[in-house]
Formats: sequence, C-alpha cells, structure tokens
Amino acid sequence: MMKKEMIAMLLAGGQGSRLGVLTEKVAKPAVAFGGKYRIIDFPLSNCINSGIDTVGVLTQYQPLRLNTHIGIGIPWDLDRNEGGVTVLPPYEKSENSEWYTGTANAIYQNMEYMQEYHPDYVLILSGDHIYKMDYEVMLDFHKANKADVTIACMPVPMEEAGRFGIMVADESGRITEFQEKPEHPSSNLASMGIYIFSWKALKEALIALKDQNSCDFGKHVLPYCKEKGRRLFAYEYNGYWKDVGTLGSYWEANMELIDIIPEFNLYEEFWRIYTKGDIIPPQYISADAVIGRCLIGEGAEIYGEVHNSVIGPNVVVGRGSVVRDSIIMRNTSVGENTVIDRAIVAEDVCIGSNTVIGFGEEVPNVKKPSVYAFGLAVIGEHSVIPDDVKIGRNTAVTGVTVPADYPDGVLPGGQNIEAKEGDAL
Amino acid sequence: MRAIGIILAGGNNNRMRELSNRRAIAAMPIAGSYRAIDFALSSMANSHINKVAVFTQYNARSLNEHLSSSKWWDFGRKQGGLFVFTPTITKENSLWYQGTADAIYQNIDFLKSSHEPYVVIASGDCVYKLDYNKVLEYHIAKRADVTIVCTTCNDPSEIERFGVLRMNEDSRIEEFEEKPMVSPYNTVSAGIYIIRRRLLIELVEKAGQEGRNDFVRDILIRYKNLKRIYGYKIDTFWSNISTAESYYKTNMAFLNPEVRNYFFRQEPAVKTRIDDFPPAKYNPGAVVKNSLVSSGCIINGTVENSILFKDVYVGNNCVIKNSVILNSVYFGDNTHIENCIVESRDTIKANSYFCGEDGVKIVVENNDRFAV
Repeated sequence: MMKKEMIAMLLAGGQGSRLGVLTEKVAKPAVAFGGKYRIIDFPLSNCINSGIDTVGVLTQYQPLRLNTHIGIGIPWDLDRNEGGVTVLPPYEKSENSEWYTGTANAIYQNMEYMQEYHPDYVLILSGDHIYKMDYEVMLDFHKANKADVTIACMPVPMEEAGRFGIMVADESGRITEFQEKPEHPSSNLASMGIYIFSWKALKEALIALKDQNSCDFGKHVLPYCKEKGRRLFAYEYNGYWKDVGTLGSYWEANMELIDIIPEFNLYEEFWRIYTKGDIIPPQYISADAVIGRCLIGEGAEIYGEVHNSVIGPNVVVGRGSVVRDSIIMRNTSVGENTVIDRAIVAEDVCIGSNTVIGFGEEVPNVKKPSVYAFGLAVIGEHSVIPDDVKIGRNTAVTGVTVPADYPDGVLPGGQNIEAKEGDAL
Repeated sequence: MRAIGIILAGGNNNRMRELSNRRAIAAMPIAGSYRAIDFALSSMANSHINKVAVFTQYNARSLNEHLSSSKWWDFGRKQGGLFVFTPTITKENSLWYQGTADAIYQNIDFLKSSHEPYVVIASGDCVYKLDYNKVLEYHIAKRADVTIVCTTCNDPSEIERFGVLRMNEDSRIEEFEEKPMVSPYNTVSAGIYIIRRRLLIELVEKAGQEGRNDFVRDILIRYKNLKRIYGYKIDTFWSNISTAESYYKTNMAFLNPEVRNYFFRQEPAVKTRIDDFPPAKYNPGAVVKNSLVSSGCIINGTVENSILFKDVYVGNNCVIKNSVILNSVYFGDNTHIENCIVESRDTIKANSYFCGEDGVKIVVENNDRFAV
C-alpha cells in the first residue's frame, strides 16, 4: 500500500482570460514569468521545497505547453518511483463524462488518484500565484489545531478587502464566517486559494456535493464544511504573495523583481525556484549596448538599450533599439532602431525595425477595456510586427501582421489587431 | 551507432598553474555555462553513441559532481548509459592509471563486454563539436585500423603541446611525433581516435603486458608503419585548454560572434548540467560592454570584454576588464580586475586591485565567503 502523509492537487486548468492574448494559446500557469520561469514553477517548487513529493496537476485549458514543461517532473525532482508529478486531464467515463466544471468538481473527478496514496491530508493549490511558502509549516498549524480544513489567508488593506473572499476568524484562528467580495468587510483576511483538508473531511464533502453544478471550493465546499460543524481555521501568511490574474498585476509583479533588493527575491540560496532549464548559453551584451536596471535570461543577445525591463531567454534586441518598462518573453527578436515602451511581448515574436510599440496617450480599449488597460501594449505569441509601424497603448496584437494591417502605419491606442497565424519564422 | 565512447578525463597539467589545484582539466568551466567535458560528451550524445565511459583520476570531485546525473546528456538509459571509471584496487593491480593505455587496460572488461564494433576515444579537455559518425564513415571507407582526427595549429609556439603529424596524399599518417620542440609541420592531433574494438583490446593488452602505458607513444606511434593509421582533418573550431593561456584564449574566443553562433545557436546543441540560477540581474550603476554574462549574476559595476560565469556578484564601482571570472565569485565594492582569471567560489575584498601585467594573472584568494 502506498502511503503519503500529504499530497498536493494543483489546479492548472484555468484559462485566465484577463491575461488577454497572453493566454490565448496557453493555460495561465504556463505563462512565462520573471525571465526564465513559468507561473506554475512557483507552486511546484514550493511543493518540493516543503517536502511534498506527490503532486497531481489538473489540466484542461490548452495543456500542451504545460505538459511539455512538466514532463515527468525532472526539474523539480518530482520524477519518483512512488508519487512524483502526475498530469490529470479530464477523461471519459463509462457514463456521465464531463469536463472539469469547477475547482472542487475537478478534484472530485480525481478521487481515485488521491485514494491511491492513502493520504492523511490533501493540499489544494492553484497554479496562478507568485509566492514562496512552506506548506509543512501550514500543515503543522493544521495539526496543532486539530483542524479539518485550514485556509491560508493574508491580511490585505481594509479598503481593498471588498475584492477578495474574506475570512472572519475568532482569536484562536477558527473561522466563524465567510464573506465573498463583501461590501462591508468585517475582517481583512483574504483567502489565498490554498487549502489543507484532512482527507476524511474532503472526501465526505466532495461526495456529498457531487451533484452540485460547477462545484467550487470557495462557493460550495467551504460553506458546506462549516455548516457541518467542521473545524475550519485561517492560517495567516505574511510573506510575498501576488495574484498575477490581470495584465496590470502580471506586469507589476515582473517589475518588482528588478528592485535592488526585491521583496520577492529569486537570488536567495534558500528556497530556490526550479524550472525546466532548456536554454543554456550565457547572454551576450555587446559593446554598443546600454543596460539599465533589468533582468536578462540565458542566451539573450543585447545590442541596443534595455531599461527597467524583464528580458527572457534567447531574446535578441537589435542595434539602436530601446526597450523600456517592458516584459519580453523567450525567443523573441527585436529589430534595429525599434522602441518598445511599456509593453508585454509574448514568446517567439518577431518585431521589425524602426517600429514603435507603446506611444501616445492612454485610450480605453474598444473591445475589452477591462483587460487591455494599464497603458500596456500586448503582443501575443508567434506574432510578427512589420518594420516602420507604430502601436499605441492599451492595445493587443496577435498573429502575423503586415503593413496593410496598420492604416498609415499606425495602430492607434485602444485598438486591437487579430491577424491570421502564419507559418512564418 | 556502431561505436562506444571513451573519454579520457584523468589528466592534470602543471601549465594550468593554480587552476588545476581545484579540479581536473575536464571539469574546467568554459564559456560561462559549460564544463570542458561537455563538448566531448555532447558530441557523443549528438552522434547517437549511447554508451560512454569516462576515465578519471586526478582530483575528480568537481568532475564527479558534474557527472552525478547522466540525464543532462540523455545518457540516463537502460541501454548503454554513462560509466565513470576511477582507479580501483583489484587482485591483479593496486596502482593508479599509469597512462592513457593503462587506464583502458585496467578497464578492459568494459571493452570486452560491449558488442559495438568500434570505439571512439576522445579527451575531455578540448572545446569543439564533431559528428563522430562522419569520422567513422571515413574510417570504414579508408579501411583504416586507426583514424586520428587532426586539425591545423597556426601558432608555432603551441606546437610543442601537441602530437604533430604528416599525412601522405591518401591521408595515411607517415610521420607522427609527440610534443616536439619544433616541427616543419603544422597538422596536429585533436586527441580523438576511432579504432575497431577488438583491435583496441588486442593492442592495449599487448602494451599492458609489456608495461607500456601511453596510448599515443606506445601504441599509435609504435604501430604507425605496421597498421593503417589515417588522419581526418577538421577545419571547424577546435581548441585545447590545457594551459592557463590557452584556457583564457578559448574562453575569450566566445566573444567572437562566429564562435558564439557556432556553439550557442547552431544545432546540435552542447548540453550541460542545469543548476537553477535565476536570470542575471543588472542594478543601477551596471555598465556592461562586449561581455558574456551567465545566469545568477548580479552586476552593480563595470564589466568589459569579459566572461562572467554563473552566480557572480559584482559590487558597486567595480571595474572588470578582459577577464574570466569563474562560478560564484563575489567582488566587494571598488575592486579593479584586469587581464585575470579569478578562481571560482572566491571572495575578492573591497578595494582590491589585480592586474595581469604581462599575460594573464590567476587570482586565488581563498577568502571566506562574503568576508568583505
């Protein structure tokens, strides 16, 4: 009988539609972050650093890049004879086949996987947050309180508490009330979407709620457990934790890594973040290059200027080009004398010469004003941007664009281009 | 592939000066991210040789650490794999490897228990990429007994480090002299040989019984008139790093865009152990010109015409010029380094000044970490 004290279930199936074109072809946990990482590296590294060697990764939306990235788990030492990492996509059953309809539904559909390890505790994680956390300390807290469910929470400013799922707890930490995005919050402890369940409580709740539509942990499972009189505790976490759910917060979290001593420090020996290191050579900074405050990944070649930016592996920035306040992901090339200002450029993009990305005033985006905001110009993966064009702010461009897509050579602020994918490059 | 691989990585060379105190030459860091042995190992993997033996002897700790998992070169296989042979005491023998032929002789069972018809022998201290299959095809076409890969040495002062040879029009080797002081020829052995497995066993056993220990001197040179020994000339990048000067020069060659392109961008790729450092970080005050910078570096000062290996910290107002900085070096503020190789894991105290006046200077401080 295989026996693991605690296993982790990592929810990585979501699209993350608020990241716009960045998640058009990949699931949010597979989006690049901090130069060489992908978002899922953070929870996976936390697992192995916390001594959890059995992780089920639940995938659904666009899983190819995620699957390739995870493989058999070698980068995280999760290639194990017993346990290790297992990718769990939805599957066909003899009757009643369905997609994962909600977070708890996805876990319910993988009951057999969990059962195999006879866990005492199950850790539920989501694949879209940037943080370092020792889940073992949280488990100690769970045990000490003889809890059935422990919910990791972090204090947020009271005026922002209305945007979160709020936990109201008594002095001992026991949760007395949930408030989902409350107008008048009575606490500032926001749920981080990280739960430890005692196996019995989880199993019982999932079976009881199996017919619940879109069964969700926050909306259904936690209230159910509380109703049943289970012991729910709030575990207060005070370290760095960042939800990178919007383009603005994604951009900001990347930029915070550039601070001289960043609050979220990747350079500490302790609690290293692991990733699939498929690009090996060092980066080259040419004699004409000007390098400001920035992060630059392996194999990049910089001939122009880079200021206050995060540059991924294998990126080429041509002579005379200036990159400022931007994120450029791996394998993208930037031509000569191009200016990129406050932009997010996804992977494998080819940007021409004498082009400007990010200029002029901020205008609300005409199609998705809440997604393409923050003054950012966003370029989707595998796109091509021709020479001599100008792209405004709060814009999105995907696909292989040609000069004809830019009337008078300009894409004004607030506009989008969705061009066809080519087999260019 | 019809061959197994042997990499000779046991050697030391006092012309590496202080650098070889710490590690075997095959474990010397190269071009920011690699170790010398990666080039032979990757060439083997890329040539689909899937059974490779590495012979080590001198100060192998660093090399063993590097080879601790064979997965980086895709050698973690049930068929074949990576074998590391260090000298051991047996009933017949309790000596160290007395030479390259002796190293093979002491591990003759590895050869005997293999079934591949050919053996590729390479040394672990050269930087190159080579498809050994092409050499093997040539070897078979020439009906050669031994094929020696060779290259041109354009610097007469370097000739004395190499085996110098002369081939006839058919590329058969007629003259072969090991490390001559001067030579009228400039074709040198690249230290890569192809030989039939059974012939290698026969020659090595005979040499072993006669107490002859060196593969080049006691086998290749002695047999050159008796056996069909051919040269296979390469004109791609090849460099041997076994002196401090050539080590420095080889690293600096990677500042040349053609060399970088050949090794970093063109297939097949050179593989190495991955060690999970974050991207390089540039803080205000960083000025970097014509340099290679590896992952994990944090730069606050000036770096020019230099190679920074992984996890190097450059303090405020530092100036690093024309230098090779090995892994995990910490430079305190206001340090000036010029024409130097700085040994790995060292801490250079603030306000230090090191400059190689005539030729490259090797800096070994042995300070405690962060004792700035």
